[in-house]
Amino acid sequence: MIRLENLTKLYGSFVAVDDITLDIPKGVLYGVLGPNGAGKTTTLRMIAGILRPSDGRVLVGGDDIHKTPLVAKQRLGFIPDRPFVYEKLTGSEFLRFVAGLYGQEGEIIDRRMAELLEVFELTSWKDELIEAYSHGMRQKIIISSALIHRPEVIVVDEPMVGLDPKAARLLKDIFRQFVSRGNTILMSTHTLEVAEAMCDRIAIMQHGKIAASGTMADLRQQTASGDVGLEELFLKLTGGVHERELAATLGDPR
Amino acid sequence: MKQPSLTHVLQPKWRTALQRLREERAGGGAKLAILSFVGLGFWAAVFGILYFVLKYFRGVEELGPLLAGKLLGLMLLSFISILILSNVITALSSFFLAKDLDLLVSAPVDWLRLYLAKLGETLVHSSWMVALMAVPILAAYGAIYHGGVLFPLYAVLVILPLLVLPAVIGSALTLILVNIFPARRTRDLLSLIALGAAGGVIMLFRIIRPERLARPEGFRNLLDFIAVLRTPTSPFLPSEWATNGIMSYLRHAPDPLPLVLLWSTAAGFVALGAILHAALFAQGFTKAQEGAERFIRGGLWRWTVGRLLYPLPVAKREFVLKDIKLFFRDTTQWSQLILLAVLVVVYIFNIKALPLHRGEQVGFYQVTLVSFLNLGLAGFVLASIAARFIFPAVSLEGRQMWLLRSSPLDLRALLWSKYWVGTTPLLVLGMLLTGLTNVLLKVSPFMMAVSMTTMFALTLAISAMALGFGAVYPQFETENAAQIPTSFGGLVFMMATVALLGAVIVVLWQAVYQYVRAVYDGRPVVVDSWMVMWFTAAAVICAAATVIPLVVGLRRMEQFEF
Repeated sequence: MIRLENLTKLYGSFVAVDDITLDIPKGVLYGVLGPNGAGKTTTLRMIAGILRPSDGRVLVGGDDIHKTPLVAKQRLGFIPDRPFVYEKLTGSEFLRFVAGLYGQEGEIIDRRMAELLEVFELTSWKDELIEAYSHGMRQKIIISSALIHRPEVIVVDEPMVGLDPKAARLLKDIFRQFVSRGNTILMSTHTLEVAEAMCDRIAIMQHGKIAASGTMADLRQQTASGDVGLEELFLKLTGGVHERELAATLGDPR
Repeated sequence: MKQPSLTHVLQPKWRTALQRLREERAGGGAKLAILSFVGLGFWAAVFGILYFVLKYFRGVEELGPLLAGKLLGLMLLSFISILILSNVITALSSFFLAKDLDLLVSAPVDWLRLYLAKLGETLVHSSWMVALMAVPILAAYGAIYHGGVLFPLYAVLVILPLLVLPAVIGSALTLILVNIFPARRTRDLLSLIALGAAGGVIMLFRIIRPERLARPEGFRNLLDFIAVLRTPTSPFLPSEWATNGIMSYLRHAPDPLPLVLLWSTAAGFVALGAILHAALFAQGFTKAQEGAERFIRGGLWRWTVGRLLYPLPVAKREFVLKDIKLFFRDTTQWSQLILLAVLVVVYIFNIKALPLHRGEQVGFYQVTLVSFLNLGLAGFVLASIAARFIFPAVSLEGRQMWLLRSSPLDLRALLWSKYWVGTTPLLVLGMLLTGLTNVLLKVSPFMMAVSMTTMFALTLAISAMALGFGAVYPQFETENAAQIPTSFGGLVFMMATVALLGAVIVVLWQAVYQYVRAVYDGRPVVVDSWMVMWFTAAAVICAAATVIPLVVGLRRMEQFEF
């Protein structure tokens, strides 16, 4: 459903994403993990059509997101890590506006809006300006906006940040249902427990490259690890020695 | 516990300022050259005008120095009034809404350091423009009264406490207001008061008609003028102390009392401000975290504008509706309409005040010339409005660009919506302004047709340029829309618009001159191929100035990365 071909992004001489090739099949929840600055957000923003790659291409459902953006983006819903939205619109106005961007309106949108607001417990806030929303509520309204046009693919950057445990659980359920209907999710996260529990496949990024990818079993095989958890695999692939040293230092009463 | 020094608390601010300066320098010499040219030009103009006024005063025996002192007192008093207002607004951001407050308030920094750091920040942000304005004014006084090499130093000593006092008063007022209202409501309230006050001052100044001073009998009017303003001469006003200090120095009889008064009062006010801060800041800061709760149905726009726009595709319609709602819900945006209304009234008042149809008959040539030049002036007014309202349009989408770029919205549709949302009201205004002033000037039907058509084409071009230049020089990090036009890009846009107005006027003048000549010679006015050629040339210039900026702006937007 999503295909990255030799995807590269340079910022001046700095290589943020280095010649990535990856296939994300339909009906899969694919996780992207990696330390800070590994290139996850840049990759996701290129897939969403926000950043232009320096080289390579992104295909969504077979359409190049940069050559035929309007067709490819119709299939896509993007959830960014930082919830910047129009503060002077109300929640329901924002959802209606986003639906309009995808060329959708009418009763069906009203119905979906009511459903999403209900599911995310925002119904009583729907006529309030977004400037009064908390961080978590903004995140919820953005997630709702990514679902309002019924996309086939969701690209989501750090979905659990700012959500309360109930909303986080709800989002996990929504994502699982979304995938079980044959749709696709590409998700970056730092929460390894979430990735291990939710993702069908995982790619671990390091220094702009994919260090390893596949199912948990594939990752164990690629790293020649025994029956270990994702945390061990992650630290092994991304050099977790420093983190352990830091943990030891923080634990030191000096 | 050892407290961080004040410079340490302010470190992020001055380091950011230095970094910005470095980036500006790295940006190339052209930008610096343009900014320096415009800045020095402005300084030279202020200095020049004041120099001649003071020279004139100097020639008047006995009353001359008094008038110079009175004028300085007036200017310093208006500076203090402007500064108090601007400090109230700035203090709201720096003390209660700034992004660094969470860090500072949660850190073990004592209240006095926090107060002094934020007071310093408020002072610099709100006073730099007034301080720069004071330079050519005081330079003119120094030059006329032979202040000597030490005068600049003395002037700094006088002006500095004069800047501190409004900063303390403004911050204290804000502190009290925030304790009464939530900070965001206070901001709305203040922007309204500030603009209302600014509009009132402009109107008042215009209605007083200072141009009467330029008449031969102006001296008598000057006295009236000063009497009308009723300059307070209270010995308790710091502006009076500063005036006395400066004038006594310039009379070569320096009096230390004004300086002592200024500095001791400033120090006393800072101490009082600090005490007030200690007592009220914590409560005010907590209150400032409250949002402005407002439930909005938003049905009005959907039922009115939404219905009008129904034939449009849904994406364009929603985009236009969104832009209109955002504008009218943001007090800092719509309140600018107050200033705009004042600007229009003053403009029409000026045209009405022209002595063209009063008393002796003025020639047809002059009327035509004035109505023709009026095109340029009206164009400039429209350009200023476009700079304020259309130029920031692309920048204001910055933080939300993730949404627009990840959705299948065609950027051309975005540009189209922004263009027409800005152009439609500008067209109405442009047509009204030109039509109304032409009626006041009693121009001929030919000139009416020429000026209305030209203004129509110019408005389309000015809007396109504002949008295009706004896309080429975006300011995505600026949260306040009012600051965006004052950027370098805004300056380049204004200069480009002046060039466009100049080009169109020069080209059209060839055709209008032919018309004037024919009427003057008593020949019938014939629209010949020569005239058509000049009209076509003007139309081509306007069309190019409409299409090229939009195309360039679109290309630039396609390259935006977030």
